Amino acid sequence: MPRFSLLCALLLACLTILAPQARADVSAPLARLALDEFAETAKAVDEIAASGDAQAQAILEALGSARLFVDPATKAVYRRAANGDAFAAATGARVPAPPAGLQTVRVNNRLRGAIQNAVGALTLMSPDPARRRAAAESVFRSRDASVLAPLEAALKAEKDPGVAQLFAQARAAVLVAAPDSSNEVRIDAIGVLRARADINAIAALRSLPAKADASAKSLADDAVAAIEQRLRLLSHAQNVWYGLSLGSVLLLAAIGLAITFGVMGVINMAHGEMVMLGAYATFMVQEAFRAYAPAWFDFSLPVALPLAFLFTGLVGVAIERGIIRFLYGRPLETLLATWGVSLILQQAVRTVFGPTNREVGAPSYMAGAFDFFGLSVTWGRMWIIVFTLVVFVSLLLALKHTSLGLHMRAVTQNRRMAAAMGIRTPWVDAMTFGLGSGLAGVAGVALSQIDNVSPNLGQSYIIDSFMVVVFGGVGNLWGALVSAFALGVANKFLEPLAGAVLAKILILVLLILFIQKRPRGLFALKGRAVEA
Amino acid sequence: MIIRHLFARFDRAGLLFMLIVGAAAVLVPLSNLLLPTASPFHVPTHVVSLVGKYLCYAILALSLDLVWGYCGILSLGHGAFFALGGYAMGMYLMRQIGPRGVYANPLLPDFMVFLNWKELPWFWYGFDMFPFAAAMVFLAPGVLAFLFGWLTFRSRVTGVYLSIITQAMTYALLLAFFRNDMGFGGNNGLTDFKDILGFNIQAQGTRLALFSATAVALVLCYVLARWMVTTAFGKVLIAVRDAESRSRFLGYRVEHYKLVAFTVSAAMAGLAGALYVPQVGIINPSEFSPANSIEAVIWVAVGGRGTLVGAALGAVLVNFLKTWFTTGMLAPYWLFLLGALFIGVTLALPKGIVGAVHEWSDKRRARRKAAAPAPQPAEQGT
Amino acid sequence: MSIKIGRRGVLAGMAGAAMMMSGAAAYAQETIKVGILHSLSGTMAISETTLKDVMLMLIDEQNKKGGVLGKKLEAVVVDPASNWPLFAEKARELITQQKVAAVFGCWTSVSRKSVLPVFKELNNILFYPVQYEGEESERNVFYTGAAPNQQAIPAVDYLMSKDGGEVKRWVLAGTDYVYPRTTNKVLEAYLKGKGVAAEDIMINYTPFGHSDWQTIVSDVKKFGSAGKKTAVVSTINGDANVPFYKELGNQGVKATDIPVVAFSVGEEELAGIDTGSLVGHLAAWNYFQSVKNPANAEFIAKWQAFTKNPKRVTNDPMEAHVVGFNMWIKAIEKAGTTDPDKVIDALPGIEAANLTGGVSKMLPNHHITKPVMIGEIRADGQFDVVWQTKDLVPGDAWSDFLDGSKDLEADWVGKKCGNFNTKTGKCG
Repeated sequence: MPRFSLLCALLLACLTILAPQARADVSAPLARLALDEFAETAKAVDEIAASGDAQAQAILEALGSARLFVDPATKAVYRRAANGDAFAAATGARVPAPPAGLQTVRVNNRLRGAIQNAVGALTLMSPDPARRRAAAESVFRSRDASVLAPLEAALKAEKDPGVAQLFAQARAAVLVAAPDSSNEVRIDAIGVLRARADINAIAALRSLPAKADASAKSLADDAVAAIEQRLRLLSHAQNVWYGLSLGSVLLLAAIGLAITFGVMGVINMAHGEMVMLGAYATFMVQEAFRAYAPAWFDFSLPVALPLAFLFTGLVGVAIERGIIRFLYGRPLETLLATWGVSLILQQAVRTVFGPTNREVGAPSYMAGAFDFFGLSVTWGRMWIIVFTLVVFVSLLLALKHTSLGLHMRAVTQNRRMAAAMGIRTPWVDAMTFGLGSGLAGVAGVALSQIDNVSPNLGQSYIIDSFMVVVFGGVGNLWGALVSAFALGVANKFLEPLAGAVLAKILILVLLILFIQKRPRGLFALKGRAVEA
Repeated sequence: MIIRHLFARFDRAGLLFMLIVGAAAVLVPLSNLLLPTASPFHVPTHVVSLVGKYLCYAILALSLDLVWGYCGILSLGHGAFFALGGYAMGMYLMRQIGPRGVYANPLLPDFMVFLNWKELPWFWYGFDMFPFAAAMVFLAPGVLAFLFGWLTFRSRVTGVYLSIITQAMTYALLLAFFRNDMGFGGNNGLTDFKDILGFNIQAQGTRLALFSATAVALVLCYVLARWMVTTAFGKVLIAVRDAESRSRFLGYRVEHYKLVAFTVSAAMAGLAGALYVPQVGIINPSEFSPANSIEAVIWVAVGGRGTLVGAALGAVLVNFLKTWFTTGMLAPYWLFLLGALFIGVTLALPKGIVGAVHEWSDKRRARRKAAAPAPQPAEQGT
Repeated sequence: MSIKIGRRGVLAGMAGAAMMMSGAAAYAQETIKVGILHSLSGTMAISETTLKDVMLMLIDEQNKKGGVLGKKLEAVVVDPASNWPLFAEKARELITQQKVAAVFGCWTSVSRKSVLPVFKELNNILFYPVQYEGEESERNVFYTGAAPNQQAIPAVDYLMSKDGGEVKRWVLAGTDYVYPRTTNKVLEAYLKGKGVAAEDIMINYTPFGHSDWQTIVSDVKKFGSAGKKTAVVSTINGDANVPFYKELGNQGVKATDIPVVAFSVGEEELAGIDTGSLVGHLAAWNYFQSVKNPANAEFIAKWQAFTKNPKRVTNDPMEAHVVGFNMWIKAIEKAGTTDPDKVIDALPGIEAANLTGGVSKMLPNHHITKPVMIGEIRADGQFDVVWQTKDLVPGDAWSDFLDGSKDLEADWVGKKCGNFNTKTGKCG
């Protein structure tokens, strides 16, 4: 690849001479960019990367993130910073009022890859360690031999041990793949890659050229086998993690039902719609943030939580006061009425918000993943697990230590006695149903992060929620916890073996059989409350 | 003697019901064939097939009422039995297509050909013969219900637990039938039928015959259900519904009674499905969807649980409203109306329409006997 | 066609016995009725409601131009509620009761299969606007969406090209139903024909509405780490896409590493996702909103005005309805009547401008010619067209890559038959 040898020469130049000389002008490649054709843009990227111009990096980064514009009238090229300020691409001078009608210079995946590599090579010496890490990863993946010299220079200069390790690994990947590396160098490099021990290391080890020495080959095969063995072990941990994460979603969706269905005995078919309302409340809150305080978008979820709780709680109280209170003692008829409520709520949301999905964004702390001893853990899923446990614990505490909780438990254990002791049972009923619905709304806030926000959202969780509550034992919060996590983990261990569809069927069959063994779930209530 | 004995089993509503449905079985086809199109009493063909569909739903509702209204088993999975009966019939109709499919394969249905299946799966054998398929219409749902009931009733799973696992059953079947590897046509299901028992399935005569058959089947199912609930067997069923433990202590093998009722009911639902498929022309896994089963429960509740006639009435009424609401201006709002109907019926008519009529006529009778104070009708437990 | 039967109220007797028809009043003003058979409630409402709106707009526009054959068009909207037997019932009602001249409708294959017998029996016309698995050609149906050769195969060709990244390893991921199954069968046969080894193809099916993609996305990552360029061909259906893309974004699968090309993800679906992390993933369609063209700009402006929403997006099935509707109008004008038989005969050969600058033509196999475009997702939820075919591609009803159908050919003009077997020389 000629452009990389050029690049390499340039970088060497940069390293030796502190002030980079503008050897080539970027105006010619910028004129190519103005044509907005992929082939021309590709040439321009090479030329800009090789130009050594002080603006090269800024131009390439802007191009990669669709912030490079061309004025169709004058063919002048501008770039915008992330905050929207416009600059002339060639000089880097700020343009306070760029002309109207600017058009983005388009890129495709191939160009994006080339830009990433070019920027990676340009940023090996960046003062920001995060960018150096990204640069190292980019070289690790591209395994381009022409970057070797600047990489080694960067490795020598590196002070941060973490980044230095990444550089060493990137260097090893390049050396393993390079056709002309000597055998000893290769063997050392294979050792480095073996120590890295992840999927990308396997990919790098497999890139060993076919004509490599037999000793290197067998070492590489060993290393791949060792890493694969480690990954197999890890995959069990990964399955447990996925299972816990699925379980936390199930628990979140079911926890409100554990109150309305488990504690009050109301078969609330509109429970899923409460979850949906919670998700739409999140959407509304985010819309408000987008309109009035875009800079504070990360706070939209913490703000949405109490609002969703209150809103769905109030809807719940309204449903209880308007419909369900007339149906106590006739639990199966609550099924019919709440089914009607669910139809109405679904269609109401469809009428107000339209039938299509609504966009609920992820705050920065919910996006991306981190590495935990080889496990790839996504932030969003982790926060959802944490959040679920927080909700669960606060609910337990609330039931145990607040007067409402005390009254709730009294009413569910013996309604008439509770009434005789002066507890306002209708009020407690309304509050309990409101609490259950509010919890569903809170679940909706979390589920909006991983699922569709559409009028059908609730439907997809209602059956699973009932399964969780019944499997755990109606009226038992701990049962719901254990059952949600058990179902989640079991599902995730079956999925690789049987496929997603069969896994789900198997779980349902196992559930049916389990109920035969323990007709009242995992943790059955004992005593009078049983014969409800 | 026998006839009088039989008639003694029916109340006035039941007799009226049988009379109307029986008359429909004869008069509707006659009106369709003989009366000119312009006549106000002419029943157009599309109405015939529409009402035929309602009557199939009525059989399903009847079967559900038998177990829910009289035995206290709230099945949220009766749609599964309905769908299994439908699939049995669908497989027969599929085999009848023979070489007339688009790929002209004499043995394999079209969906198997284009997914590269080389031979007919074993469970498709025999379905080319009507008697076998007809037996499977009852056997497939019946056996499933028997196994399911045998396990469940023996381990004394009751109430909501039972409801939820019946729902789990139909949900699992839904997922299973969606799988193309199952060999039932996946999501597209079975469709494009040509003929049934040698008659073109789209011919007017066949449609009318199917309609009459459905009406007759509804009457027969009603007679069977009514007979079951009015004999000593039925008394025990009601006892089980109202006080299961007490019945058990009295020495009845509760689970046996439940099992018989559940199995018969499932076979009845299977029959409904089998009659449904040739009339609507498609059977697909969505019939297994839990929402369909819940809807069937709602028909029964709207019409009146534990009345049999009410269940059939509810099914026809709700589906008629659905047809009516889903066309024209009302189309975007029909779910509001349907939802409001369910809420309204539950709140205002807790015993359903027929139950409310019964209650009202009981009260009137009591008032007529003016001398005695009107006794409050005993609340039925759930 | 001379007397219009008014909406007849159906009076159901209590047990379904006393059925009567009431009122057979003729309208004073004669109109041509157009049936719109799209779900407005239930699971498919999310996709189909838009198509109902676009049909209402088209009919409105046509009436402003003076209707057709001197008569106004009248839309008859029904809601089959995502319930397949209800589709058949509503189709029957539209044809026999409302006496519509043609029906525009359906989205899922099963809904089309459900109404097929009704259209055949009552001899009416259905315009079906969605990309589908092919393997069908019926006299009464006109398929204005893409057949597999107008979407799947060009997309794979693009990914194998230099610009697409020279992909060597393939994940075919889909929802478990007929469209993905058939498309993947076609693709598998095609890829193997191009020399891709069996171990370089991974096929995965998930249930409808699958929402937990952790395992599958990590499997894809694993599969993609074998040192060969890997791509995912996604036939994942509607609702499951949002959680799938969210998981891809969170697990850091970038388009530059493992691109995902989807056949059922368009502008409408993306409107529900933050596309920032999905930039560069691909979709193959026959139309994109971002295509620059006066006809398209005009259509988008009209649509946004009609829906009173300046952010409302357009998508491929909408364009299919536009093309289908214009073809139907031209066919009626050509035939001089709305009689289904005459219109069916008039339709093949009719040409209508599409919104991407070409002129689509109705073929004798009742499919149409379409351009094929590959778009890359942009950060604003739109697509950049990165590749497109030079000419319009004719839709092929029967795939050339499947054993059962490679000898079949549909020709409703010459052979009067939808499944002519070139080997045996007869129909069926």
